[in-house]
Amino acid sequence: MKRTLENIENQFETFQILNEEGEVVNEAAMPELSDDELKELMHRMVFTRILDQRYMALTRQGRLGFYAPTAGQEASQLGTQYALEKEDWILPGYRDVPQLIWQGLPLYKAFLFSRGHYEGNQMPEGMNALSPQIIIGAQYTQAAGVAIGLKKRGKKSVAITYTGDGGTSQGDFYEGINFAGAYNAPAIFVVQNNRFAISVPVEKQTAARTLAQKAVAAGIEGIQVDGMDVLAVYAATKQARERAVNGEGPTLIETLTYRYGPHTTAGDDPTRYRTDDLDNEWEKKDPLVRFRKFLEAKGLWSEEEENKVIEDAKEQVKAAIKEADNTPKQKVTDLMENMYEKMPAHLEEQYAEYKEKESK
Amino acid sequence: MAQMTMIQAITDALRTELKNDENVLVFGEDVGQNGGVFRATEGLQAEFGEDRVFDTPLAESGIAAMALGLALEGYRPVPEIQFFGFVYEAMDAISGQIARIRYRSGGTQSAPITIRSPFGGGVHTPELHADSLEGLVAQQPGLKVVIPSTPYDAKGLLISSLRDNDPVVFLEHMKLYRSFREEVPEEEYTVEIGKAEVRREGTDVTLIAYGAMVHSSLKAAEELEKEGISAEVIDLRTVMPIDIDTIVESVKKTGRVVVIQEAQKQAGMASYIVTEIQERAILHLEAPVLRVAAPDTVYAFTQAEEVWLPGYNDIIEKAKQVINF
Repeated sequence: MKRTLENIENQFETFQILNEEGEVVNEAAMPELSDDELKELMHRMVFTRILDQRYMALTRQGRLGFYAPTAGQEASQLGTQYALEKEDWILPGYRDVPQLIWQGLPLYKAFLFSRGHYEGNQMPEGMNALSPQIIIGAQYTQAAGVAIGLKKRGKKSVAITYTGDGGTSQGDFYEGINFAGAYNAPAIFVVQNNRFAISVPVEKQTAARTLAQKAVAAGIEGIQVDGMDVLAVYAATKQARERAVNGEGPTLIETLTYRYGPHTTAGDDPTRYRTDDLDNEWEKKDPLVRFRKFLEAKGLWSEEEENKVIEDAKEQVKAAIKEADNTPKQKVTDLMENMYEKMPAHLEEQYAEYKEKESK
Repeated sequence: MAQMTMIQAITDALRTELKNDENVLVFGEDVGQNGGVFRATEGLQAEFGEDRVFDTPLAESGIAAMALGLALEGYRPVPEIQFFGFVYEAMDAISGQIARIRYRSGGTQSAPITIRSPFGGGVHTPELHADSLEGLVAQQPGLKVVIPSTPYDAKGLLISSLRDNDPVVFLEHMKLYRSFREEVPEEEYTVEIGKAEVRREGTDVTLIAYGAMVHSSLKAAEELEKEGISAEVIDLRTVMPIDIDTIVESVKKTGRVVVIQEAQKQAGMASYIVTEIQERAILHLEAPVLRVAAPDTVYAFTQAEEVWLPGYNDIIEKAKQVINF
């Protein structure tokens, strides 16, 4: 075969199971999920959509701080997470709070992370995860390290990490997948391609026509998935996980997705760089709409059930915000205590000063 | 006891801890079969296996970040950055990530990592091999920065660094690797991080130094002695945190201080030390605290090292200035 760009790109055709109408277009690739599991996936997607709406509202009210909207990416975020086991490591980016929540991070802690409180970053005992990474790319090289560690320990688990389309331009993105490849480490690298890095469209990040093909540079498997199709995302991740724990190395998964909201709630206005046409085109691909159709056709989902999830989500958000409100305020001495195992003399001196201030 | 060079003492410390703790992992560019570009890890892969001592791809950011990932899985990584001039590639991993992990996780995660790296001038290296960049890492809360000047200290401090449950940047001066031998115990021992050592007692002026400048200071002290000036030489050994008690005690005795570093005047640790002294002991000072440092240019082209690097003559000159103030 002649080596052309086209030949390379042809090896990364979009993997899809459900089309926009909720019809199965790739029966052979259907993952084995029970009716309850299918319903649980829908439950989580609806819950997370409501959570996003509540996050936006609470941020506007000043009751939450930093937030990177997730609406549109439910299939991509939750489909990957649903394929994980409890002992797997998650190294999330800043938009990947939902994965942490479904892996076991209490909602009030997610809210504390948003507000900027250290307790929001304290993962529950037994949950293998880092708090959301702000430095784009850093989670990739760290995930390679975790995966190498898992391999050395002989554990049958994986490290999964997430970045966006813009993040694929970072050096750490490449180093991460390349290290994991060189050590044949059990890592799953997810690129959530939502087409924009703040205002910069993916076409300005690279001339490569897929992001999945970047796996070639590391000599690892790469796959492009319809990121609005939760079954395809789940199936691709499940397969990558199986390969990884069987010692067959890392996989790069590109999910083609979209964020309906702004980049973050910190003043970004997507109407400056996105057209209504583009928004409308992607709204037709909504992961909830197509999965709802799929489940309804199987008699597994009803409006009543959906409303129950919505009410439950709102209640849980209310309770979590209350719990976050009740969390004691941070003191400088708390911050100092978390710096080192044993405080060095210079910090001990400052600790005494602040201890006195705090006692007044 | 055995006569060892600093590089041998370093290898000995690594061997000691590889033996003591199966979680210790040594890795970096060419540290495996090759035994390191300076032979610091010679024989370690043969003795402990490729699973414990191994080569990495050529990417400093990846190496340092990999250390953090391994630490999360309970390992005690000892990555090597081949020359500290290459630390810029790994700055986020070290200062942005490793240094912050305990704090950002609210004390639930930690990074017992020792980053070893050679630096230092006087051995005619090419560009960006010899630069003194300890000041950069010393400014990052969460890191400790250790710079030994003798084989004995190198072994004891490196063992302490590897056993520390927080990250340590361990900087090895290339000129000191094989410049002299010293009695080094064959058994394990530690030298406490954050503690300075008075290398020479004196009463007229305190010379505070670290790295290769300790030896220049000792030579300057000998020369000063001939002129009837008694200089006390303090080897900091750890540049963050600084052993302020030992410094202040000496200042109270002599009343005069020169702080000596190989780094440029705008870099290094000297300014920090001067500030600490004036905050804590100004009433004991008979003269301003002066600094010996390199000029504020980019590190010298190889052939200009001799005229550019601070030497013992510069120390003698500054010492006399504070004496005659």
